[in-house]
Amino acid sequence: MLGYVIRRLLYAVPILIGVNLLTFLLFFVVNTPDDMARMQLGARRVTPEAIEKWKSERGYDLPLAWNSKEESLFNKAGKTIFAQKSARLFLFDFGYSEDKRDIAAEIRQRMWPSLALAVPVFLVGLAVCISFALLLAFFRATYVDFWGVVLCVAMMSVSTLFYIIGGQYVASKLWHLVPISGYAGGLDAARFLVLPVTIGVISGVGASSRWYRTLFLEEMGRDYVRTARAKGLAETAVMFRHVLKNAMIPILTGAVVVIPLLFLGSLLQESFFGIPGLGSYTIEAIQSQDFAVVRAMVFLGSVFYIVGLILTDLSYTLVDPRVRLE
Amino acid sequence: MPVLLATDALLWLLVAAAAAYAAYCRRHAHLALPWRRVFQSPAAMASAVVLAAFLAVGLLDSLHFRPRLEPKPGEPPAYATEVLSVLDLALDHLRGRAETTYSAPLATRSYAKEQVELPGGKQMRDYPRLRFGGAHLKSESDWADDVARRTLAGAGISIVLIFLIFVFVRKLKAGSPDLPWHAAAAALSVLILLAGPAVALSTGYHVLGTDKVGQDVFYLALKSVRTSLAIGTLTTLVLLPVGIALGTMAGYFRGWVDDVIQYVYTTLNSIPGVLLIAASVLMMQVVIDRHPEWFSVAAQRADFRLLVLCAILGLTSWTGLARLLRGETLKLSQLEYIQAAHAFGVRDARILSRHILPNVSHIVIIAMVMDFSGLVLAEAVLSYVGVGVDPSTNSFGTMINAARLEMSRDPVVWWALATAFSFMFALVLAANLFADAARDGFDPRVRV
Repeated sequence: MLGYVIRRLLYAVPILIGVNLLTFLLFFVVNTPDDMARMQLGARRVTPEAIEKWKSERGYDLPLAWNSKEESLFNKAGKTIFAQKSARLFLFDFGYSEDKRDIAAEIRQRMWPSLALAVPVFLVGLAVCISFALLLAFFRATYVDFWGVVLCVAMMSVSTLFYIIGGQYVASKLWHLVPISGYAGGLDAARFLVLPVTIGVISGVGASSRWYRTLFLEEMGRDYVRTARAKGLAETAVMFRHVLKNAMIPILTGAVVVIPLLFLGSLLQESFFGIPGLGSYTIEAIQSQDFAVVRAMVFLGSVFYIVGLILTDLSYTLVDPRVRLE
Repeated sequence: MPVLLATDALLWLLVAAAAAYAAYCRRHAHLALPWRRVFQSPAAMASAVVLAAFLAVGLLDSLHFRPRLEPKPGEPPAYATEVLSVLDLALDHLRGRAETTYSAPLATRSYAKEQVELPGGKQMRDYPRLRFGGAHLKSESDWADDVARRTLAGAGISIVLIFLIFVFVRKLKAGSPDLPWHAAAAALSVLILLAGPAVALSTGYHVLGTDKVGQDVFYLALKSVRTSLAIGTLTTLVLLPVGIALGTMAGYFRGWVDDVIQYVYTTLNSIPGVLLIAASVLMMQVVIDRHPEWFSVAAQRADFRLLVLCAILGLTSWTGLARLLRGETLKLSQLEYIQAAHAFGVRDARILSRHILPNVSHIVIIAMVMDFSGLVLAEAVLSYVGVGVDPSTNSFGTMINAARLEMSRDPVVWWALATAFSFMFALVLAANLFADAARDGFDPRVRV
């Protein structure tokens, strides 16, 4: 098992190098630092001096990938934008944002509000979707099932933006139940999180429930279910003891892959509800075109994704005793 | 002077390709069979009608031209810099009649108070009458009568049309009785019943109100349809060749080809989608800003950005299709008929195109229709994040973005948001229902 994990982690290295090269191409080769400087400084006629100053302040005044001015081979490769900006991401050294703040410190601080929102959405959402799907599967081929599926498809067809804007309007503006947006530390956070969590759960119910329902129905067509019924088990016992347990294998493994991504939070929810997490950080960075932050988040996102894949494989061995990792 | 925008050309090309494919399917029974199965579902028939209506609006909006300006004697004809479409021509009465700011649906007075001049020369703050909405009314007390009269007139015409449709459907039903024509007729009737009064009312009022700068919301919503369709279809146009080529090649050649392709798509997949799209769009924006000389009119620039967005969405989302195709090709290439083709010395390219591709085409079709609704929804989100279409392009995303801050006003400006969300809901719901039916019709495993 340990050997498997180590091998998978080694496999991750070329992927991360690929991500790194891709971001390097996107951020520095397609657009040179001069273009970025011109865009950040804004004005139509920027002086070359202003561009040089902007670049040297941020360390963009180096050659892209090969510094022929330097003496030693180490410096030839090291004193470049690639080494200083892109390769450093591997050490989780993210550098500084446009407003000269340490991105790594910012991430450490903003991680917690993101988790406070994403973890409840994930857990409650999983519970709600599984219960709803189980209900539909239990009443399969009846009107409950039919209208339940219709409801799921209708809910899938509504834009997330509608859930957020509509939820904010009804719950905060009409009924004055919760603050419309904002965040506070400690236990006070609950007041601000109730609505985003509810909306997060509701907006995911349609698609997940429908998928889980098909998983349950697939499981119910298996031979062991027929055997269980034949030996006289009640339908509820069949559903909860046999079908639910076996259908949990694909459900859990599908869910595990997103767990590491919970750190990054939900872009839309955080930005609409003013929660100072990583999601809103990313959106602000995109909107203010702060490339250093976007670069850091791209890298972090892919690291989390790869961790998620490894966790998924490990979770197979935990929930399904038939799977052995060699 | 006609203007051929890049997305126009591609959309029409796509229509031509779809027509050719349909004609080809008609002549081959084995290709027509799954489509027949799809259309035997009443939900698919009804949603196809709704989609066709959206498509008609979108295609009318894809014939662009620049209107000729009033000729001055002795000068060559000059053309406006504004690019219009055939849809604009049809909706000229909506496009031209802009108010100054918000007004509620069917309102006769503006949403905001202004200084108005009273007949005696005095001034006071009041809600001014709209310039166009209800301007034909002599007195505002006639408003209820006039609205009722127009609604009834519109509904009357609709009912006559619906009657004709049902007569026509009886004939169709006699021609191919296995298809659920009544579902199609019902969907069409609902559309006509909604459209009739809306058109009748729109001659005198702003049916769905006006937005911040006084544009008719109904007009904006109709214009947004094209953007949604373009994103939903052109993205798949980019996605399909890449996904099909790499997916089948990885599954067929295996070995190092498979390793390389798998590496590429794992790498792309591992970057969170929104971030990759955002990064690419930001970078392309810089390129567009740096080359103003590429575009002769502003509409071309906005259109290029739409095209780039489609390309980026396509290049970041082919991985799912490629993975499915790889798996299926792996399975197929073990079968006897492929090995027989090998034994006969058929070249790899020919095996791929003649023997593999037709047998994975159901996966391609299912993926194509399933992606559509997700892309339409994604456009709104991306526009909110600021990496969507050009702000000057009409789209549901830009409409929602412009209107969302107005929810905090009192009284609430709800109509622009409600319109954008309703149109999007209708389009996405129809696409989802159709996609479900298509999956059931094409997936060989589903036999219920």
